[in-house]
Amino acid sequence: MKDIRLQVMWNRLLSVVEEQARALVRTAFSTSAREAGDISAGVFDLEGRMLAQAVTGTPGHVNSMARSVVHFLREFPVETMKPGDHFITNDPWKGTGHLYDIVITSPAFHQGRLVALFSCTTHVVDIGGLGQSPDGRQVYHEGLFIPLLPLVRGGVWDESLMRVVRANVREAVQVEGDIHALVACNLIGERRLSAMMAEHGIADLDELGAHIIERSRAGMERAIAALPQGAWDGHMRIDGYDTPIDLRARVTIAGDHVAVDFAGSSPASAYGINCPLCYTEAYTAFGVKCIVGAGIPNNAGTLDAIRVTAPEGSIVNALHPAAVNARSTIGHMLPDVVYGALHQCIPGRVPAEGTSNLWNLKLGAGHGMTGTAEAGRASTPFMVTTFHSGGAGARPRQDGLSATPFPSGVRNVPVEITETVAPVVIWTKEYRPDSGGAGRQRGGLGQVMEVEHRHGAPFGIFATFERVHYPARGREGGLPGAAGRLTLADGTVLKGKGFQVIPAGGRLVVEMPGGGGYGPPEERDAAAVERDVKAEFVT
Amino acid sequence: MLRLAVDIGGTFTDLVLEEDGRSWSAKLLTTPAAPERAVLEGTRRILAQAGREAAALGLVVHGTTLATNALIERKGARTALVTTEGFRDSVEIAWEHRFEQYDIHMERPEPLVARPWRRGVPERVAADGAVLKPLDEAVLRAIAADFRRDGIEAVAICFLHSFTHEAHERRAAEVLAEELPGVALSLSCEVAPEIREYERASTTIANAYVQPLMAGYLGRLESGLREAGIAAPLLLMMSSGGVTTVETARRYPVRLVESGPAGGAILAQAVAAECGLDRAVAFDMGGTTAKLTLLDGLELQRSRQFEVARAYRFVQGSGIPVRIPVIELVEIGAGGGSIARRDALGRIQVGPDSAGSVPGPACYGNGGTEPTVTDADAALGRLDPARFAGGSIPLHIDRAEAALTALGADAAPGVAEIVDETMASAARVHAVENGKDTAERTLIAFGGAAPLHAARLARKLGMARVVVPVGAGVGSAHGFLRAPIAYEVVRTRHLRLDALDVAALEALFAAMRAEAEAVVRLGAPEEALVETRTGFMRYRGQGHEIAVPISRLEAGALRAGFDAAYAALFGRTIPRLEVEALTWTLALATSRPLPAPAADPPPCPAPAPAAWRMVLDPATGLREEAALHERAALAPGMTLAGPALIVEDATTTVVPRGATARVNALGQLVLEIAA
Repeated sequence: MKDIRLQVMWNRLLSVVEEQARALVRTAFSTSAREAGDISAGVFDLEGRMLAQAVTGTPGHVNSMARSVVHFLREFPVETMKPGDHFITNDPWKGTGHLYDIVITSPAFHQGRLVALFSCTTHVVDIGGLGQSPDGRQVYHEGLFIPLLPLVRGGVWDESLMRVVRANVREAVQVEGDIHALVACNLIGERRLSAMMAEHGIADLDELGAHIIERSRAGMERAIAALPQGAWDGHMRIDGYDTPIDLRARVTIAGDHVAVDFAGSSPASAYGINCPLCYTEAYTAFGVKCIVGAGIPNNAGTLDAIRVTAPEGSIVNALHPAAVNARSTIGHMLPDVVYGALHQCIPGRVPAEGTSNLWNLKLGAGHGMTGTAEAGRASTPFMVTTFHSGGAGARPRQDGLSATPFPSGVRNVPVEITETVAPVVIWTKEYRPDSGGAGRQRGGLGQVMEVEHRHGAPFGIFATFERVHYPARGREGGLPGAAGRLTLADGTVLKGKGFQVIPAGGRLVVEMPGGGGYGPPEERDAAAVERDVKAEFVT
Repeated sequence: MLRLAVDIGGTFTDLVLEEDGRSWSAKLLTTPAAPERAVLEGTRRILAQAGREAAALGLVVHGTTLATNALIERKGARTALVTTEGFRDSVEIAWEHRFEQYDIHMERPEPLVARPWRRGVPERVAADGAVLKPLDEAVLRAIAADFRRDGIEAVAICFLHSFTHEAHERRAAEVLAEELPGVALSLSCEVAPEIREYERASTTIANAYVQPLMAGYLGRLESGLREAGIAAPLLLMMSSGGVTTVETARRYPVRLVESGPAGGAILAQAVAAECGLDRAVAFDMGGTTAKLTLLDGLELQRSRQFEVARAYRFVQGSGIPVRIPVIELVEIGAGGGSIARRDALGRIQVGPDSAGSVPGPACYGNGGTEPTVTDADAALGRLDPARFAGGSIPLHIDRAEAALTALGADAAPGVAEIVDETMASAARVHAVENGKDTAERTLIAFGGAAPLHAARLARKLGMARVVVPVGAGVGSAHGFLRAPIAYEVVRTRHLRLDALDVAALEALFAAMRAEAEAVVRLGAPEEALVETRTGFMRYRGQGHEIAVPISRLEAGALRAGFDAAYAALFGRTIPRLEVEALTWTLALATSRPLPAPAADPPPCPAPAPAAWRMVLDPATGLREEAALHERAALAPGMTLAGPALIVEDATTTVVPRGATARVNALGQLVLEIAA
């Protein structure tokens, strides 16, 4: 019965962090937090080993938040922590990869004794600096940097710190609200954990923690040991900001762990698409774990089984003070690179390449962006971000998902909502025919969106689009998906990256990429071809 | 008045007849090919049982899973969609997301309308209601010709921003009615006039998809009842927990999905009133799923979001979203038939797949070999093999035990503990999402499997009391007879509270009241009506609205209402932020006073147990003799101490050691569980 009891408590811990996460999503202000679930919540033992983490919308926090707790503990040893303490950071290298993500770590007490740590993170609405742009050259351009600091001591907030935060961000009330929500979220975790410990009559998490970590580690080890052992290389070239970027990964299956080394990848960029190692690790581990040990909950036991390294100064291990704001541009491509290697090791198990990078429309207008106030043309300032995706790669036995993100887990924003909150009209949002890479299994289709200003005024787009020059490749004879295109209706071609202005009366045409195909096209089932033709997926 | 309730479920059709506090019940197998057959046969039978004439019936209330099943099994009409040019894929693109993070094999549900039948028409309305492009009727007529050629039976019309500007949809409906006589038309501005194009289109399509089927069924049922000599009015149970007329049901059949669980929730509400329970959780556990609903101050939680046919382990986002008034409940794939297994880490997992009724759990002896929750209950000694389902299914305990050996040591208590923990987790997460807590509530347990698991579940949720009502096996049908005649109307009108046009809002609510009243008066020409207004508001910049009860249409009062609702949900407000409202609802219902709490009966001694059974308690791992009592032999005022089993035809109530079970004045079992 002891085994059952431990399993029940493990399930309860997972439920506690799930409750924490749901509370955070519901109260968040930023679009990416609430629509994309760009938040995270977890519980840790006193050595900073993660015991349970909520499954949320984006994998970017999978390991990065877990690592951050160790940084907190180094700065603030457990023996100095008191009830009512909460610690904060948004250090991209010690948190979750860019300044927008604020991490709060708090000690949890049960019957007066420190028993665990809770940590959570959310993407805030604004952090000052250049805003959502990838155009920063150094992290100093990208906004307020909060080092590892005490935020609340014994229930007393550091008002000076909060004043600094308020003075540096554009939406002070909302950001402050999010910080309060993070603290409240950890308090929920502490209360629930304490109730669970009382119910089960345990005084510490030692036995439970050891059980969780050992079970999970053993599960991962079994899954890894069942794979062919050895090393395989993957390579993928992507657009980059101004010059192409090479991403190289050597995947080594070595008995009890999978090692992924990114040696040979391009050096860091001069723009904000660089990835700190913590974020590289998150997306790499996520990609591996979709294939190996997918059902095993994330914790220190699974974390140790996937080891990620990258040369310092490379784009996947960019060092301070590199600009990192749009680090997801690179991060989202990493599972595809890993799959290129894994496919050689375990053929028939991984999907073809997909769009991978999100095709979010970050649109705006205002002073200094679309020009200064023009005579006779009153243009309301606005900023709006909507989440959209091209096609995903074909799977070994299934077509790719159309207009669906992978590896990210975002949800879109309805057109009617976007048009209600911003002066834009979206004239088209439909599948893009012929964009899915041909194959025995077809790649997912991209989509086409056409956008105008509601009143014909100029507006700008912050582009961070990939797969414009280097489309998603197929596997096993499958053809590549269509490349993405960013144009104006009059035929003007725009760049895939950087801020650009759509002139007065202009219409922006966004053609999102398709996923790569799997297997030779001539092997495609005749009925599937007929279905695609009838649906006009293929013309 | 002699009143009849009929609940058609997937397996059984339940009937309850009531008059002046007396009631009769009947259970027949559902007749899927012509569901009215079981209804008419059951009606004949139950009237004979009560010795009453068909003509004596004063009211028939009916709920059915017919619409739900048509959506799950994809057996609705050949349906087409007419939408704004450039948006024909909205219903397939859905939310552009993966609802299962780590599963690279995930598939989104197929839309009810395939792409060739989703057609765009040139027309466009802006968010502010301005017409940017007029409706192109020539194109629409050409599309109609294609639909005619393809034998389309139902058409959904959903244009962008039609909730602000209805004219294009209405004109398109006129054109299609001319071109396609006899084809059912559903307009999004009528079915779900709410912002968010995917959900609105999905709801409108679901309505169109089930409309011909439901119209046919309701017609046959009405004439069948007439031929049987029943002149009583027929009302239909809706997912909102209210009932409505056949006319309305025919127009908006999508509102009838999930009516069974709504009936169960209404029953729980009545039980809570009878027992004087301020805070409760309704717990309905059947063969394949468990459903939990929170009750506060006798109010049921309401919502406008529901997903039909969740295809993927009941995961949110894997079904067909419909925006209709529903009673908010959390549904988990955990029932008596749920199959248990060990995962890669050796952990026991229960459900969501179910052995169903065929072959059913291993202990049914019908060929099932996989261990289920019912097998665990049987192996724990909780079930009397000769009394299961009123003795109609003899249980084979040995087969249950044989099936469970596949799970290794401690399988039976392990499965029971894990399924209870799974339900407890779902309940806690559901509560936190609604800003509530499960602790110190009372669990109201009904449905065949709930009384077996209620005491342990209550303990896990920090509850000290469980109520098992009378007739728990046909709980939904009992609830139907307590439901008000009701209708809810929705409108989207985006307004900022600090620039509130009160006159426009008054006019909006007046129009909504008129629409709702026209519907409700069909079934309740004279009765007094209760009106409930709700605004769906958020801080500007947020993505989710919260429901705010409206007392007065004035900016200050709305803001105060929002602050109170926000604080109740999230424990705080953000004083300096602007508030906006997107959607407004008006619910109109006949007044149905809830029963008053019943006084406690004088204590009287309990009878000697009918027998003793060895029962294993998963909470302690101890096996000991439990007293077996027939529920029918227990009278108000009697109290038993656990360990005990209280057996009735449709279920067994488990009273663990340390708990007591008392029979209250109404015959309900009240379990008190020591912490």
